[in-house]
Amino acid sequence: MSEGLLFPPLPHRIESRAPAAARDISLQQFVRHATVTKDTGRVDACRAAFGVRYDDLRRHAGAIKSHTLDHLDLYLETFEAAATRAGATVHWAADADSANRICLDIARRVNAKVCVKSKSMATEEIRLLPALEAAGVRTIETDLGEFIVQLDGDAPSHIVTPMIHKNRASVARAFVRDLGAPYTEDPGELTMIARDHMRRLFARAGLGVSGGNFLIADTGTLVLCTNEGNADLTVSLPPVHVAVVGIEKLIPTMADLPVFLKLLARSATAQPITIYTTCITGPRRASSTNAPADADGPRELHIILLDNGRSQLLREPTRELLRCIRCGACLNACPVYKAVGGGHAYGSVYSGPIGAAITPHLRGLHNYPDLATASSLCGACFHACPVHIDLPAQLIALREKSARRKISPAPERAVMRLWRWIMQSPLRYQLAARLARIALSRLDGMDIPLPGPLGAWTSCRATPRPGALDFRAWWSTREQSRIGASGGPVVHGEQKARARAGESPPARKDGGVA
Amino acid sequence: MGYPNNFKQFQSQSGMSAPFHTKHSPPPPTPNATEGVLQTTKSLSNPLNVALFITCLTEQFTPRAGVAATLVLERLGCHVHFPAAQTCCGQPMFNTGHHADAAILARRMIDVFEAFDAIVTPSASCAAMVKVHSPHLLASDAAYAARATALAAKTYEFVEFLSRVLRVDLTALGARHESSATIHPACHLRELGLMDEPAKLLATVDALNLRPLPARDECCGFGGAFSVKHPSISAKMVEKKVDNVASTHSDALVCSDAGCAMNIDGACRKRGVRQRIISAPEIIAESLALLPREPAP
Repeated sequence: MSEGLLFPPLPHRIESRAPAAARDISLQQFVRHATVTKDTGRVDACRAAFGVRYDDLRRHAGAIKSHTLDHLDLYLETFEAAATRAGATVHWAADADSANRICLDIARRVNAKVCVKSKSMATEEIRLLPALEAAGVRTIETDLGEFIVQLDGDAPSHIVTPMIHKNRASVARAFVRDLGAPYTEDPGELTMIARDHMRRLFARAGLGVSGGNFLIADTGTLVLCTNEGNADLTVSLPPVHVAVVGIEKLIPTMADLPVFLKLLARSATAQPITIYTTCITGPRRASSTNAPADADGPRELHIILLDNGRSQLLREPTRELLRCIRCGACLNACPVYKAVGGGHAYGSVYSGPIGAAITPHLRGLHNYPDLATASSLCGACFHACPVHIDLPAQLIALREKSARRKISPAPERAVMRLWRWIMQSPLRYQLAARLARIALSRLDGMDIPLPGPLGAWTSCRATPRPGALDFRAWWSTREQSRIGASGGPVVHGEQKARARAGESPPARKDGGVA
Repeated sequence: MGYPNNFKQFQSQSGMSAPFHTKHSPPPPTPNATEGVLQTTKSLSNPLNVALFITCLTEQFTPRAGVAATLVLERLGCHVHFPAAQTCCGQPMFNTGHHADAAILARRMIDVFEAFDAIVTPSASCAAMVKVHSPHLLASDAAYAARATALAAKTYEFVEFLSRVLRVDLTALGARHESSATIHPACHLRELGLMDEPAKLLATVDALNLRPLPARDECCGFGGAFSVKHPSISAKMVEKKVDNVASTHSDALVCSDAGCAMNIDGACRKRGVRQRIISAPEIIAESLALLPREPAP
């Protein structure tokens, strides 16, 4: 079942799943094709819309988020007051259990037998769906990708594109098997099959559950962005709606929203805006003196503000991780995410660079000991992030914490100490380099597997070949001949002294530097 | 020669850090620090004292890049120094999270290099360490914080130094290289905002047929310790890079970091792909006839 994929036994190592994923040729093709398409689409869409101002815009978006996070207490209370005024019920959930309990209580009270759910990472994180099912509430994912993942007993492997690791044929097979549909690989027909199936459930559902892309503090508004309209049906058809939203989703005012809508859709799917963008302020309103009754909307609207470890991230310098708007751009840009065939290798609800950076904070660094090291620090994620989160710096900070807490392997710590000791002395460095060059020259062309971590190098690479010439020898020969030419024995001695002292430049000797 | 003139102009522009620096960069140097830098710039007629920071990996595995950098810089009128005490900038320790060890070497780096007008390195990742990370690493070190910032402001990746400081016109210098090449800009050039610089500079070399590298900006999978800690992931990444490089059928792959070069070269040789891999200084030195063309491997 899917549980183990995103919630594996802990501690979990990405290396326990990466090799198999790297060998799975079709998985590699699906994930590479999808991520490359999205990534190049994002670059083109952002360039076309924002040009050279793109960097300013993402810094601006990051600054709005940072400001909100700096005053999160204020904005949370503002939101609660405004949402309550609009008729919604705001709940506070410190962790996954309490969020699930709140939702189950609501489901029981309204006697919901069927629940329709739109895509939400927060509900994935707290495992709300299995909790509802265990309580006897049949729950259906209504995002097409999530729906297929649910039918297959699989787990989402991308923040935005949950079935990035699957293709049309596997969808067709699932629909034949579980819905009794005729076999077809036509996307339009597949969509219609899912739609027919879901519409009946939407009509019967007593409860709708969603996440939230943004919460607007001053109006108490819940913002949902989808391309399939399923969130709108989830909100408007069932009599009761529950939105589970992380506390970091707040933005101050409605005027800030366009900044994020522009960036979110372009970063996620290279669209100018998501097909459906819905702002929900309170439940269905009865008629009043100035307005007629609302034609649709839920009778009850509940918003569960979820912490579940987020407030721990508020301490600097991890605070910037909470800016994330879950667009998935860093996943699409990441060469590691591609190489491990998508999100499952991460063993976490959040995958890719953002997952590697937040999971150890949310679920324990010791539980994910090699996640932060699974990055070449290439910076493609930072470059892609619409809210300017410096993900490589966050990963390095996690590595620093691992080293400090002795979670990183002891041999690595010893090697780094030794390396530093060698490099503190030019003499030791040159001696060590000479030994390494001799060893590597002996190994050159032999193509034999080396022991230990060096074997990891030789598994797919020949041993490094030392350079044919010795730079320092070349340099000193040249200096000698130059000195010979200028003909001053005194200079020669001076040159040696300079080398011993680590060569100060003429500027310093001349007294040119203060 | 007119080059130092440009350097001086360049330095005096808004504390000289503005065009390159990312979020992580140090704040612009204080007026005093800038004065300090400017003082070392000799009068316009004198050559710049440029220190070659060859970096440990380049020195051991692609030392020809150091030779080429020296010859090119001298050809462009710089007075090139090689501080013999140089070792490592501390990048491996910094990236693996051993920051106390990294700080020791970062301070050493400052001691060895700070007296020169400019520090030039053929390695993008080491340039990024000095320019971006060391100032943060040493930010709370009273004796070194300002000096780290000052060193960061006058340290340049080789291509950056040629195109943005010396503003060389390779065409005017008669650079010519009758061959085909494709460029893998090291990921740290992205960090430094220099991703397109090698291609722009090499485009001015006469007769050099530059071929676009598919998925050019994708990491080759080196990442230092990453390559041995996550071998299956790293292997997959370098496999893709070799596929892409081979698909261009270029005579040479120009690579801005000795780490990437070592990684891609190792993977090419393991797979029996014959691919010449050279640094930017080497192909420029060859194009200016400062070094003989090397035969294909």
